[in-house]
Amino acid sequence: MIQVEGLTKYYGQRVAIEDLNFSAHKGEILGFLGPNGAGKTTTMRILCGYMPPSMGTARVAGYDVVEQSLEVRRRIGYLPETVPLYQDMTVYGYLKYMADLRRLPNAEDRVDEVLELVHMVDRADGYVGNLSKGMRQRIGLAQALLHRPEVLILDEPTIGLDPAQIHEVRKMIQEIGRERTVLLSTHILSEAQQICNRVLIINNGRIVAEDSPENLQARLTGAQRVYLRVRGDSDGLEAIVAGTEGVVWVSKKSDAELEFETFPGKDPTPMVARAVVQAGYELMELKPVGMSLEDIFLRLTRDEPEHPQIGSPLDENTIQRV
Amino acid sequence: MHNIWTITRREYNYYFSNPAAYLVAFMVLLILGILFYANITAAILQQYPASVQIIIGPLTTLLLFATPAITMRLLAEEQRSGTMELLLTTPIRDWELILGKWLGAFLFVLTIVLTSLIFPVFLNQMVEPGIDQGLLISGYLGVLLFSAALVAIGVAVSSLFSNQIAAFFSTLGVYLLLWLIGTPAQAMGGAGSKLLSYLDFGEHFYATFFQGIVDMSDVVYYLSVTALALFLGTISIEVRRWR
Repeated sequence: MIQVEGLTKYYGQRVAIEDLNFSAHKGEILGFLGPNGAGKTTTMRILCGYMPPSMGTARVAGYDVVEQSLEVRRRIGYLPETVPLYQDMTVYGYLKYMADLRRLPNAEDRVDEVLELVHMVDRADGYVGNLSKGMRQRIGLAQALLHRPEVLILDEPTIGLDPAQIHEVRKMIQEIGRERTVLLSTHILSEAQQICNRVLIINNGRIVAEDSPENLQARLTGAQRVYLRVRGDSDGLEAIVAGTEGVVWVSKKSDAELEFETFPGKDPTPMVARAVVQAGYELMELKPVGMSLEDIFLRLTRDEPEHPQIGSPLDENTIQRV
Repeated sequence: MHNIWTITRREYNYYFSNPAAYLVAFMVLLILGILFYANITAAILQQYPASVQIIIGPLTTLLLFATPAITMRLLAEEQRSGTMELLLTTPIRDWELILGKWLGAFLFVLTIVLTSLIFPVFLNQMVEPGIDQGLLISGYLGVLLFSAALVAIGVAVSSLFSNQIAAFFSTLGVYLLLWLIGTPAQAMGGAGSKLLSYLDFGEHFYATFFQGIVDMSDVVYYLSVTALALFLGTISIEVRRWR
């Protein structure tokens, strides 16, 4: 459905994306994962025919995005990051306008259908300007679905929503993804993990990794994360664990709990256990835990991924072993 | 054609749901009415026959200042609010977008111009033996062609900005430049002077349409300006994509 080869885009001298290659099939939800400014939006805009690439080709449903832009645009539903709405229109009027621009037959019926799909029928006559962020997002999604596109491109579809709305939007995307191709961008890893069949990790305009969420996790967990709990006070425990050979970093979870990560290939867990017991702590629990996609992401997008001394920047309690 | 019409309808309806646009239309007609009253009074007191020029003259000048207020938002607002991204990813061509926008705004200006026809109707009742019909037709034809060109320039300038105020003043600047470009020509003489006065916006109106003359070269001038401005507007949208 989507085929991208050697896609490159420069803004002046700056490289936004460089030599991207990927494809997506029908019935697949492809996640585009990366920090802000990684090139996600640029790639999506190129795919939607909003702007041409500097180099390389992209085909959507068999049509070239530059040469056959109109054909591509007919087959794509696009939800930009800032949901573009006309404040002065009613919800119904807005969707009707979009349906007319796409020359849909029976536009009225189709608008009613998508309104129902996003549960906004009761707000159809309300003005777009008065809607909450979550509702706007749903209207944006409705707009992208109007013409039953073969390919759906969603730029950060859950950004700014509350947890209940996030859940709802994700469910909706999963339903849609069964018979269409969905490309969605996010910087929330758990989101990609939950709804995507495949994840592309992109950083500084390059694809860093591409795999299923499960495989990505497996691939990087040569390094292990271990959970450790002692009874009672744990003063000085972190220093002892961090001092054991083979431990990359230690992070304190609570008074009596901490987690540490090991070097790939080495397993210092027995040594840690011995050191902890010898120091007089009562060891209650010591178990490996899988690395979250968050950790993987940080590892993959870090500039020097082999450098062992970097603690998880997500965690303020991290002690780095020097 | 369908695409153009969809955009035109949206733009035209927008003006009727927007108080600012009403205000512009109201102000044009109000000032026109005040000037009409003043001119009629003067004509009666000094006992000379009033012609439709007392309506068409001020109308032209008022449109010069009102049109930027009508066209400034057309593309600037789409760019500011991000809806441009939406429009440019729907299957409509760039020139269809420009043409639809132009037509929507032009029809609104046309509505104002047609409403102003109540003044000639009044005038017709007041003077004996009625107003000069030929002058009325040529004058209003001139105003139509003139405002088509004004709106087209407004659309093109609006495509360059994402700020409406900037679009307003730049549009007005272009108008005034075209409006006054013939003035230095009077002092210059020679071929350069001919060229400048040919480019002059008012020259093609006051010398002919305003005097009851319809000259094809003036019709061609205004239509060319309109076409050129719409073409440049389309180019500007395309350039925006490539940046």
